[in-house]
Amino acid sequence: MCGIAGILNLKNKSNINSEDLKNLIYPLKHRGPDEFGAYIDNSIGLVHSRLSIIDLEGGTQPIHNKNKTLWIVYNGEVYNYPELKSDLIKKGHKFYTSTDTEVVLHLYEEKGIDCLKELNGQFAFAVWDTRKKELFLARDRLGIKPLHYTVSGGQFIFASEIKSIFTQNNVNRSIDINSLNHMFRYWSTIPGKTIFEDINELPPAHYLKISANLSELKRYWDIPFVHESDKPIWSLDTITGKISELLLDSIKIRLRADVTVGGYLSGGLDSSVIAEQVKNNFNNELKTFGIRFTVPDYDEGSYQNQIVKFLDTTHEEVVANNINISNYFSDVIWHTEKPLLRTAPVPMYLLSKHVNKSNIKVVLTGEGADEFFGGYNIFREAKARHFWAKVPNSVKRSKLLGRIYPYIFGDSRLNELNKNFFGKNLNQFNSPYFSHLIRWDNTNRIRNLLNPPFKLGKLNDELMLNSFLPNDFMHRDYFERAQYLESMLFLSNYLLSSQGDRVAMANSVEIRLPFLDHRLMELLSMIPSKLKIYGMNEKFLLKRTYKQKLPEKIINRHKHPYRAPVKNSLLAVSNRQNLDKYCSEDQIKNVGIFKPDYVKRLFDKAAKTDRISEWEDMAVAAVYSTQVVHNKFINNYSAPLKPNLKFDLLVDNARTPVIVKRKN
Amino acid sequence: MNVKEEIFEFIVENFLFGEENDFKSDTNVFDKGIVDSTGVLEILSYLEDTYDIVVEDDDVTQSNFSSVDNISSYLLGKLNGKGEIK
Repeated sequence: MCGIAGILNLKNKSNINSEDLKNLIYPLKHRGPDEFGAYIDNSIGLVHSRLSIIDLEGGTQPIHNKNKTLWIVYNGEVYNYPELKSDLIKKGHKFYTSTDTEVVLHLYEEKGIDCLKELNGQFAFAVWDTRKKELFLARDRLGIKPLHYTVSGGQFIFASEIKSIFTQNNVNRSIDINSLNHMFRYWSTIPGKTIFEDINELPPAHYLKISANLSELKRYWDIPFVHESDKPIWSLDTITGKISELLLDSIKIRLRADVTVGGYLSGGLDSSVIAEQVKNNFNNELKTFGIRFTVPDYDEGSYQNQIVKFLDTTHEEVVANNINISNYFSDVIWHTEKPLLRTAPVPMYLLSKHVNKSNIKVVLTGEGADEFFGGYNIFREAKARHFWAKVPNSVKRSKLLGRIYPYIFGDSRLNELNKNFFGKNLNQFNSPYFSHLIRWDNTNRIRNLLNPPFKLGKLNDELMLNSFLPNDFMHRDYFERAQYLESMLFLSNYLLSSQGDRVAMANSVEIRLPFLDHRLMELLSMIPSKLKIYGMNEKFLLKRTYKQKLPEKIINRHKHPYRAPVKNSLLAVSNRQNLDKYCSEDQIKNVGIFKPDYVKRLFDKAAKTDRISEWEDMAVAAVYSTQVVHNKFINNYSAPLKPNLKFDLLVDNARTPVIVKRKN
Repeated sequence: MNVKEEIFEFIVENFLFGEENDFKSDTNVFDKGIVDSTGVLEILSYLEDTYDIVVEDDDVTQSNFSSVDNISSYLLGKLNGKGEIK
């Protein structure tokens, strides 16, 4: 895995300065500490920092095609590259490295943008075409790897992370008010936007072509949909057989690396499935890593111990507590580059830190199973509410929610309250957003803390979200719609970024996600939703597929959402100095985003009360993280720079040409 | 699969962890503690998703939902537009 960046002069033909490229790439050193390389050809500059995983000796980037008309900087892994390479060799392509990077470049040379449909993996890359004078950028289907860009002062500037783009003096650094409001409703910005004005993100499954005369942004893939009447009629055994076969292959190709691949193991079903499959099919010496919490409510230790004992993996633990979550919260924001509503990314950051110290560069993780097999409560909630909405006056139907929330529906005193809460918007069951309205309305309360200049009036953004939905959206059923929204808004922009790539790469660790193989999504799109959440049984098909392979207690355990303490960590008296560094009354006033008196009341209440409501807990994280974002990226922005950085490979066509390859 | 087989499979897979053992189509799911009152709603939701019907509260009775046979009879009656069949 790596960091990539570049500059293209759109208006003037002046040469790119190698010092600008050094500034761009050095802040991405954590993504690729092993090597640095750059390519300069008059108005274009590409730069790369490398974490060596495949072809450790020979894969220095940028990499070129045979006649050096195409140059690539690439961040990611394409797991089916051996198969793609052998096809290309048959067509006469010749390779000078053993990397997947070079395969991607040759496939682009062979097929143009259609190459993207053949790539199975996680990637963000940029290719410069010296003949067309055109830059081509692309990002993987679900946005596992990041790619940001801006146009400023006649330059197109792109980079894996925003902190790199901000090293360029002509780039505006300010909060995007729309995005701020969206984050406090949807948990993320809308696709393509970031929390910073003028800084865009290449949305998942999109490519961008850019030159002095052209700018073309297009989607090349979407979450597949098969109409109910076109879904094949398969028995449960057939379905689980297909899942088993495909997931095994997904794991197999994700073990392709020239370094040891480890695994995250939480004690939940998803990571247990992956660890079991690796251990029993590929690597009997599997090394696994897990998070423990000192606070029992968050800890999955007993399940983790069970699965470790069952699989007999070499397991290491990191212990998260109220102190280290508070201590590392602001460091984590530097990597997530956006406000957070939860602290759960912090333990993931601590875990990758530990993995790095154990000299492991690559880990398999279980993310994605909840989205595509139907693991989240928001899907079950949508199902129960949809069931209820068919007969809104029914006195019985609302009780199905008790399957999801037995602890609150078991209290008869709360029956009326619960019915009012979950019955809200019941008449909107034809809305495309029916599944998410309760969550969004609840989160929306955070916006009450915003100062008027930063608070948009009534958000009417659901209408605006319509433009991101596929034409067939309303033909999808309630589960498929909820799943699409969750993937479009939450998976890429919150989960995979804040809890995935960014906090792993912060410590030079690459995560690989077998459940997000697009072939698996295509298979699952052919299976009726009623089998994914069978009755109210979440991830039924995954459980059924692996019930003979894993302990019964792991298969049938109640889903334990991965969470971490917020207010009990961030507002604890002993940790309060961390928060006060960014959130003193003066700082809240100076930054101006939040109302100081509201923030004070929130913090005072949260500090004094044992339990606060869900939205208040999120608001504590939201205020604190927004203040950190403002401090680290706007008021006191300071990226690590190294003017005397020596490139391991420098191709500078403006100077004669010069190729310098440095070896220690 | 016919209606009865589909309901049978749903109950075995969803409430019995896929272990059929001595479960029969006339087994009383309430007496055996296989299905509770919320479980009935799960069955209902499954039937509605599968057969595009809506079941009224008044039809959610012990007798209609006490066994695979009874659920199947009720459903077939509903599908035939004959109302509740016991």
